[in-house]
Amino acid sequence: MKYEVIVVGGGHAGCEACLATSRKGHKTLLVTGNIKNIADMPCNPSIGGSAKGIVVREIDALGGEMGRNADKSLLQIKMLNNSKGPAVRALRAQADKITYPKEMLKTLENEQNLDIKEAIVEDLIVNDGKVEGIVLENGEKISSDTVILTTGTYLKADILIGNTRKRQGPHGEKPSNHLSEKLSDYGFNVIRLKTGTPQRIDKNTIDYSKGRIETGDCEEWTFSFDNKVYYDVNNQIPCHLIYTTEKTKQIIMDNLNKSSMYGGLDDIKGIGPRYCPSIEDKMVRFSDKEKHQLFLEPESVYYDDIYIQGFSTSMPEEIQEQMVHSLPGLENAKILKYGYAIEYDAIYPTQLKNSLETKVLENLFTAGQINGTSGYEEAACQGLIAGINASLKLEGKEPLVLKRNEAYIGVLIDDLITKGIRDPYRLLSSRAEYRLLLRHDNADMRLTDYGYKVGLVTEERYKKYTTKRKNIDDLFKYLKESKLTPKDNEFLESLGSSPLKDGTSLYQLLKRPELNYENLGKYFPENFSLEEIGQALIFIKYEGYIEKAKKEAAKMESMESKKIPEIINYDKVPNLASEARQKLKEVRPVSIGQASRISGVNPADISVLMVYLKKGHF
Amino acid sequence: MMNDTIAAISTASGVGAISIIRVSGKDAIKIVNSVFSSDLLNVDSHTINYGHIVNNNEIIDEVLVSVMKAPKTFTKEDIVEVNAHGGIATTTKILELLLVKGARLAEAGEFTKRAFLNGRIDLTEAEGIMDLINSKTENARKLALNEVSGKVSKLIHNLRDKIAYLLANIEVNIDYPEYDDIDEVTIPEIKEKLTSIKNEINKILRESENGRMIKEGVKTAIIGRPNVGKSSILNKLLGENKAIVTDVQGTTRDIVEGSIVLDGIILNLIDTAGIRETDDIVESIGVNKSLDLIEEAELILFVLDNNSELTFEDKQILEKIKDKNHVIIVNKSDLENKLGKISDAIYISALNDEDIDVIKDEIKKLFKLDKIEIDNPTYLTNARSISILKRCLIDIDEVEKGIQNNEPIDMIELDLKDIWNSLGEITGETYDEELLDKLFSSFCVGK
Repeated sequence: MKYEVIVVGGGHAGCEACLATSRKGHKTLLVTGNIKNIADMPCNPSIGGSAKGIVVREIDALGGEMGRNADKSLLQIKMLNNSKGPAVRALRAQADKITYPKEMLKTLENEQNLDIKEAIVEDLIVNDGKVEGIVLENGEKISSDTVILTTGTYLKADILIGNTRKRQGPHGEKPSNHLSEKLSDYGFNVIRLKTGTPQRIDKNTIDYSKGRIETGDCEEWTFSFDNKVYYDVNNQIPCHLIYTTEKTKQIIMDNLNKSSMYGGLDDIKGIGPRYCPSIEDKMVRFSDKEKHQLFLEPESVYYDDIYIQGFSTSMPEEIQEQMVHSLPGLENAKILKYGYAIEYDAIYPTQLKNSLETKVLENLFTAGQINGTSGYEEAACQGLIAGINASLKLEGKEPLVLKRNEAYIGVLIDDLITKGIRDPYRLLSSRAEYRLLLRHDNADMRLTDYGYKVGLVTEERYKKYTTKRKNIDDLFKYLKESKLTPKDNEFLESLGSSPLKDGTSLYQLLKRPELNYENLGKYFPENFSLEEIGQALIFIKYEGYIEKAKKEAAKMESMESKKIPEIINYDKVPNLASEARQKLKEVRPVSIGQASRISGVNPADISVLMVYLKKGHF
Repeated sequence: MMNDTIAAISTASGVGAISIIRVSGKDAIKIVNSVFSSDLLNVDSHTINYGHIVNNNEIIDEVLVSVMKAPKTFTKEDIVEVNAHGGIATTTKILELLLVKGARLAEAGEFTKRAFLNGRIDLTEAEGIMDLINSKTENARKLALNEVSGKVSKLIHNLRDKIAYLLANIEVNIDYPEYDDIDEVTIPEIKEKLTSIKNEINKILRESENGRMIKEGVKTAIIGRPNVGKSSILNKLLGENKAIVTDVQGTTRDIVEGSIVLDGIILNLIDTAGIRETDDIVESIGVNKSLDLIEEAELILFVLDNNSELTFEDKQILEKIKDKNHVIIVNKSDLENKLGKISDAIYISALNDEDIDVIKDEIKKLFKLDKIEIDNPTYLTNARSISILKRCLIDIDEVEKGIQNNEPIDMIELDLKDIWNSLGEITGETYDEELLDKLFSSFCVGK
């Protein structure tokens, strides 16, 4: 049988991709190496975090699944960065590693247009520069109109522990041995990346009294704008904070040459993530630091594994035993699973269009770790976009491309395809230059329209969104029209606020640092939700900063609207600096705006390019 | 690219009767209006308007301003041209002011380029201009690299580095909030860093001012009570340099009477009317006039008489010149000392030719002429960099305001980042992964 879409890989990217295409009515096949590992969380048992938590909200606003699914599997949740400003607030949750995949599988199995097949994919069917299906390990061919590769770490995966190298995936499964070679044959620039994970410890062998307890927030939170609460806020599972000891450091420094990464293996090609160094790395690079912070995080209520966040390593097993036993409270701990590093193949992401379709093969899309990113959230949002755009392509429509001032997702994809990567890419709030516009609270305001337009947002959700939007507008109007007068001066002075000479609107008054909803609440009408009030207040309080960000964004957008024709031949553009010419040929930016973000392309080159385009060569 | 408003001096540099500063772009009228004494926003197109360029209530120059609204202009954008009477110094000052107000310094050929891009010039002409622009780019690239070199680049780089560390620290607090072994950036820390950055920027600006003076001439005033020997000193200074004394029509504010070149430093003598005639006329110049002169001058030669006692007015003047480039000259050293001891003064007799050299040496020392390295200047010489530094000072004020209003750290960081970006414009460093590199090399985070 022929499918419209085949998704290869059932991780976080694959799940979002196949749900998006099947929900949009396209007959979809999900091929996974092991059906038990659908939506697996092979590394830390958490969803969200700075910037990443906002991405989950964005996925939800666009009609993706991650937010809803995370809400069903919360062990603990908290809002980060509350005091640091509204733009950097983000949710971080501990998610149950059993519940999360189970719930996701249930969702996939309920999808009408979706089939799931267990198999290893080793090649693509390619005809005339177009992908037309997949070839399985046993030689079986399955054809389709489009293929989305979301292979995670499974392309030529090697698990590294000490001086051993084993060709296998995170749970010892079979990886795909040939697909990346085939991709290379088709013209892709294939790169090798690396990441790592710490040990899992039996929770019954840990003395928690030596750690500091870390609990969730007392306030109820959900990732999804559905706002359905599945967890008991008063009964969240805690984490524990401990520190490495002198002895830990001694053991690591004494055995450094046994670590795969420090000489244990001499054939390591993969580039590891800067933001996620192994404990060996940390000890070496920050040698003056006495101790390093570690978190003991529960993986699930259904089994006993505790994840040691911050302790990722590729030391041999006997050294890992010593290391773990040097930690406070873990003197007698039983290691259930050793830490390891994993090497895998990926494609260099400048080979992608902003739709996540590859430039090398038509109708082939890629998402997640294969594009050089790292993290569940980063993978999921790419999967969603790849799914949406594969569908739109099938429907003969323009792709959905989110701009840098619209979503972290837009920042991520633009970074990948424009700048390429040096190490596995993680989203950070500092990557978003307009982050004041990309907040946790307004993800629905930013993206629900897009999700609705592509058909992934339900009528019910859309109505909820339009009502909220209208309410916020009404609230603004009310706050602008309602005034306090000098008669209220006594009240204002009691709040430490200076007296009024004339009638002054609540809108203006709320700009004063000392005034807020807590003390002016009695002047607010009753029919608005705290969420709506909160959002209006962020805008009022930070209007100056927000307007500035919007102005900057408008400048960027106007550069973005200056399109570069796809057929441009950079060899024919005179006087480009050679580095710029090479970079432009590699990235092939769609707009002057994108071109200006390529490192190595200078303002002078942009001028030359603009003149060349204006001169009417097209 | 074409959204911004550009400005440049469009007349050839050198001493001319009139220099024209041309401003083109959508904010051209608004920007010039912000420094003009009367309203330009509502004047008709293609009109010439008389008035003053004003900065903080201080009149910079008396000017004629032509306002030409789009599209019937050379660039097809709004164009404003300021016809200034001043010498290079005043014209540059007006340009700097416009840059601070939001214009960007035009690149070579940029007005023509805009004319072309906006379709004012046809294709045949464009071919020629294309070559022009292209020939400029390679050079422009090199120029941008060489524009700021050596020490000053290092200075600014260090400032930028200080801010980068703050930014990286703030970012790591935001992106890795769970790490409580990484210090949170505190407000006092930001304040302290900002104060030191502000001081350094001010120092660079001051030194740049010195650099500019050396290039364009130092406004010099000779002051002192009647009969102290001002005219003899002046005549001695001029006497040797008669050939290069020129009469330059200055601005309405400063009348440059003559220039002396001292081993490469040009001294533009201001308001010397009278001194050259006779000391008698100068008698009518009261102490208030002297104080005004001090305000205006960049170098003060303060002449005292060894043979008479220090007056209250003298003390006032000594106090006033403390913070400016100055040489205190005690004349008539051959006569009896009734003046008492004046610290940092040089003692001369204007009758002695050798003693004039002592004055010259003192001036040279003041401007560190020996130390000026042409290839490796310690100061910024171009209006663009100077205006960027001035903008940084404004941004620092913004940060301080934010701190005062208790804004959250994320908001304060936005303004800090502006300063960091601006400094990068001067040194040409805009590598956007730089902050992340800093973050991951300075702080130990990760799973």
